[in-house]
Amino acid sequence: MADMTTALGATRLPNPVMTASGCAANGKELHRFFPVSDLGAFTTKTVMRDPRSGRPTPRMAETDSGMLNSIGLQGPGIETFCVDDLPWLATQGARVLVSVAGGTAEEFGEVVDRLVTSPGWPAVVGVEANISCPNVANRGLVFACDPVSSERVVRIVRGRVPAGTPVFAKLTPDVTDVVAIASAALGAGATGLTMINTLLGVVVDTDRLRPRLAGVTGGLSGPAILPVAVRAVWQVTAAMRAGLLPRAPVIGVGGVRTGADALQLVAAGASAVQVGTATFNDPSAPRRVLAELEAEIDRHGFDRFADVVGIAHERTAAP
Amino acid sequence: MSGGVVRVTGELIAVRRAGAYHHLTVVAPGVAELAHPGQFVALAVGGPTSANLLRRCFSLHRVKPSGTYGGTVDVVVSAVGAGTRWLTALRPHDPVDVVGPLGRAFPLPAEPVPCVLVGGGYGSAPLFWLAETLRERGCHVELVLGAASEDRLFGVVEGRRSADAVHVTTDDGSAGTKGWVSDVLGEVIERTKASVVYGCGPMAMLRSVTEVAAAHGAVAQVAVEESMACGIGVCMTCVLPVTGADGRTRMVRSCVEGPVFRGDRVRWDALDGGITRVPDDAVGAPRPGGH
Ligand SMILES: Cc1cc2nc3c(=O)[nH]c(=O)nc-3n(C[C@H](O)[C@H](O)[C@H](O)COP(=O)(O)OP(=O)(O)OC[C@H]3O[C@@H](n4cnc5c(N)ncnc54)[C@H](O)[C@@H]3O)c2cc1C
Ligand SMILES: Cc1cc2nc3c(=O)[nH]c(=O)nc-3n(C[C@H](O)[C@H](O)[C@H](O)COP(=O)(O)O)c2cc1C
Ligand code: FES
Repeated sequence: MADMTTALGATRLPNPVMTASGCAANGKELHRFFPVSDLGAFTTKTVMRDPRSGRPTPRMAETDSGMLNSIGLQGPGIETFCVDDLPWLATQGARVLVSVAGGTAEEFGEVVDRLVTSPGWPAVVGVEANISCPNVANRGLVFACDPVSSERVVRIVRGRVPAGTPVFAKLTPDVTDVVAIASAALGAGATGLTMINTLLGVVVDTDRLRPRLAGVTGGLSGPAILPVAVRAVWQVTAAMRAGLLPRAPVIGVGGVRTGADALQLVAAGASAVQVGTATFNDPSAPRRVLAELEAEIDRHGFDRFADVVGIAHERTAAP
Repeated sequence: MSGGVVRVTGELIAVRRAGAYHHLTVVAPGVAELAHPGQFVALAVGGPTSANLLRRCFSLHRVKPSGTYGGTVDVVVSAVGAGTRWLTALRPHDPVDVVGPLGRAFPLPAEPVPCVLVGGGYGSAPLFWLAETLRERGCHVELVLGAASEDRLFGVVEGRRSADAVHVTTDDGSAGTKGWVSDVLGEVIERTKASVVYGCGPMAMLRSVTEVAAAHGAVAQVAVEESMACGIGVCMTCVLPVTGADGRTRMVRSCVEGPVFRGDRVRWDALDGGITRVPDDAVGAPRPGGH
């Protein structure tokens, strides 16, 4: 059996597989299917300062090998998260990557300020700033679509999260140059990057001849987007290898359904992998992907997971 | 790990036509033992590499904890799209990937009170099992089954065995009384002195069942049908506005806090034309100028 440990900055995880934010709630539901502490980390649903009702329904539309969602970051707010959810995860022995967001850069900071005072804080192995959400102060433009907004948010979050706890910036692929956004986030002190969030889409209901989602647009996820996720991870880690970006760990997410899918992201440069939409098909998907990824690493004869990270860059045929 | 739910690869042992529907019996060890009337199962469709990733949800029609083949579950499927057509084309011995039982069951009255059970179309599927459970507890049970046309009624014959009386309505008059279930429901509640009305069917029907029940002094317990991506409580797609015991409305997950809700707690005023709005007074509703 290969050594599956992975490093995210100063934090070491026993294995590289995680849930994806918003696809696993905060653990209790999936814990009926497998122990949440089996995973390298459990990534929680993005939490904001106040309770949010989310958007009207229908909020989902199935697509070929994927789906659109427009949940609208529904959640009970950081207070309930700190009192109920995080302590429960801590009790289970889970390592928690907490996803946070705000409608303004300052709100991200307020969420983190409250988070660090939770009795469950010792279980936190990192904070993921979901900057792929709308910036109220900038006409609703997604923070991660603009390097300046991205930098502001990450600087605030980094400043409030205790040094030694990694901060990851979660990026959207819906930009012209993802390397430029990655550069802004790392420049502002992010420990690493999580890539990718969903891609914006619309599905038209051909009976009613109107958009299927009540909110019109939604985020595309699932196996259909795996190549986009691999591409984004590839571009950013290639820039790191070329010295154009500081070296930093990348968490790959998007379309992972099997261990082989996870291996694609790892070989493209991801030090950890999150499993999202596949969980709706198979509630044990994150746990199964871990077992399958271990089998893939063994099949290739590697002793250490870490040796496979980014290996595809070295094996690329010279042009 | 089982917190009242299991995932199993079951086996289809029978599929038969029932009017416009297909009645499937699946060996699914572990599910039947845990299930109660009103709960549902989520079935994967299209096989292990399917491009249809999302499970399809079906009310449990019946369960048999231990038969010749191990525990079985029965569902009634209306073939309306890719997933339901795939399921209804399965043959005996084909594998069926089952997650269940899911959701909250119909609450049962503590006293042996008279009950009316109202089903629209395949929505009647869970009601026969419920009727038998209620009668075992001494309740007088009458069924009201409605559909657009006779072939879309499910279980009229079965109903005569399960309940004390069955009333049928069809929109086109091809069977029973011409009209809607709500046209006859009030009379049945009055005559039986029912204190609980259970409903399962289209949302518009559940709304009128709730209104008729309230008008005749009965409590409605309705099983709603919302689009569900996961069925297990992790995605937040299946929400609808429901008023809690504290009087506040929240967007709650119908897959874990439902599918059965007290009818008078559902904010029917927010449902219109296939879209459910977030009521302005809901907890965390958008405020002018952003959240
Ligand atoms: C709790 C619950 C119980 C149900 N019980 C039954 C039952 O006993 N018998 C039965 O025939 N049907 C039942 N349904 C509806 C059934 O789940 C849908 O008809 C089915 O998912 C349609 O899948 P499809 O691929 O054929 O259609 P498509 O239209 O191709 O489906 C596309 C997507 O939309 C979703 N969807 C489409 N229609 C519905 C719907 N009416 N409700 C929820 N999701 C929908 C599907 O799950 C899928 O993700 C129930 C639904 C719920 C939520
Ligand atoms: C229903 C749903 C809800 C999501 N909610 C969040 C969220 O709250 N925060 C976040 O950062 N990403 C959210 N995502 C995006 C996922 O974390 C992930 O980045 C994306 O779905 C791609 O991965 P996948 O194809 O494995 O699902 C959500 C995705 C889905 C499908
Ligand atoms: S269907 Fe996913 S939370 Fe209810």
